Amino acid sequence: MENTYYNPADLAKFGNISELQPEMGNKFFSYYAEVFKEGALTEREKSLIALAVAHAVQCPYCIDAYTTDSLQKGADENQMMEAIHVAAAIKGGATLVHGVQMMNKLKEVTM
Amino acid sequence: MKSLKAQEVPLADTGFQLNVLNSTFSEQKQFPKFRDKLAAHNLYPLKPTGIQIFQVNLGKMCNQVCRHCHVDAGPDRKEIMTRETMLECLEALAQTDIPVVDITGGAPEMNPDFRWFVEEVSRLGRKVMVRCNLTIILANPKYHDLPVFFKLHQVQVVSSLPYFSATRTNAQRGEGVFEKSVKALQMLNAVGYGKEGSELILDLVFNPSGAFLPGGQAGLEKEFKRRLKLGFDIDFNNLFVITNLPISRFLDYLIESRNYETYMDKLVTAFNPAAAENVMCRNTISVGWDGFLYDCDFNQMLELKVNSQAGNHIRDFDLTSLNNREVVLNQHCYGCTAGAGSSCGGETVA
Repeated sequence: MENTYYNPADLAKFGNISELQPEMGNKFFSYYAEVFKEGALTEREKSLIALAVAHAVQCPYCIDAYTTDSLQKGADENQMMEAIHVAAAIKGGATLVHGVQMMNKLKEVTM
Repeated sequence: MKSLKAQEVPLADTGFQLNVLNSTFSEQKQFPKFRDKLAAHNLYPLKPTGIQIFQVNLGKMCNQVCRHCHVDAGPDRKEIMTRETMLECLEALAQTDIPVVDITGGAPEMNPDFRWFVEEVSRLGRKVMVRCNLTIILANPKYHDLPVFFKLHQVQVVSSLPYFSATRTNAQRGEGVFEKSVKALQMLNAVGYGKEGSELILDLVFNPSGAFLPGGQAGLEKEFKRRLKLGFDIDFNNLFVITNLPISRFLDYLIESRNYETYMDKLVTAFNPAAAENVMCRNTISVGWDGFLYDCDFNQMLELKVNSQAGNHIRDFDLTSLNNREVVLNQHCYGCTAGAGSSCGGETVA
């Protein structure tokens, strides 16, 4: 094992996960490639969504990959930061909306 | 900002650049030789397919000092083509039926014989392309009528605009360049360039403002068109997507920002044999400001002269010999074969 859990060089080895389970790995990468093709959403829009999700799931590999990919697809800094704010708003909102549950319970157990 | 040459730094020397590219320094990571990659796909030696583009570099003088410039151009560069050399270019052209003359620099418009040369090339019945940096049109009142001059000679204008917003453009090309470029594009549109139904062609060139490869040309063109129309009411015809080659000032940037090895890795990993088949050096000849011949503008900046039996100067121009030459290759060539390929006309793979 490395001394750290995350090594930037490991990103390039992502494809190696197919070595131990080729069938599932190949299916995953084929699906992955299909998802990011231009469709109802442009490649740039998909890349910005991926960048936002990368922050929400806090994946350093994905942040590395989709920062570059967003630039390559023609996104600018403002769009990239706004995408991250969308992720932050949803994560913050998801925390706060549970406040309603807390308030429900509060009402239930208090006079 | 001064050119590398004016700063007298080691990278201003093309031999030093080639040493870096060939990993001759002990601490450098080794990359596979470009010629071996081609050989593995039966493309070595690389042979021309016939010259269709006669590219003339009128000099290194420029009003801008862009951070990525492969020419190391700028106001402090005084090397420009003389009228005598231009005459030799015209004589060479007249012996052939090469259809396109692509004029570049520096800012080619700063050469005092620029307009005369465009007129003479037009007189030969060849299509003229000018690689205009846009800001030159506003740099001095004597250039304000360039859009009208271009229109008069039906010049195809090809202009660099690395982004549709000021931050990224100015970071690469200098403070205020975006605003002036927008104004110049509006002036070109005003005389009919890039407008629907017009025969006056205005193409833009996108190259990444950093250590990453460009994305797909079609998607970027769509976004550039949408954003430039929406923000500035600008129209243009095509967007050419160009990969930055690791030479001169861009190489300097890569080394300074510690991105050199990662960037070379990206280029080597993205090697695409289909792109390699269509590289521009197969249908282009490039003439330097001093009349020497090269396979492309990048080889010109690395002083890698053409390997033609008849000689390597414009006065030795011999179409048969040039069509039978072997293209001179080096490690920077990975830049033209990565992904969808890169050339002065954008991607090389449909």
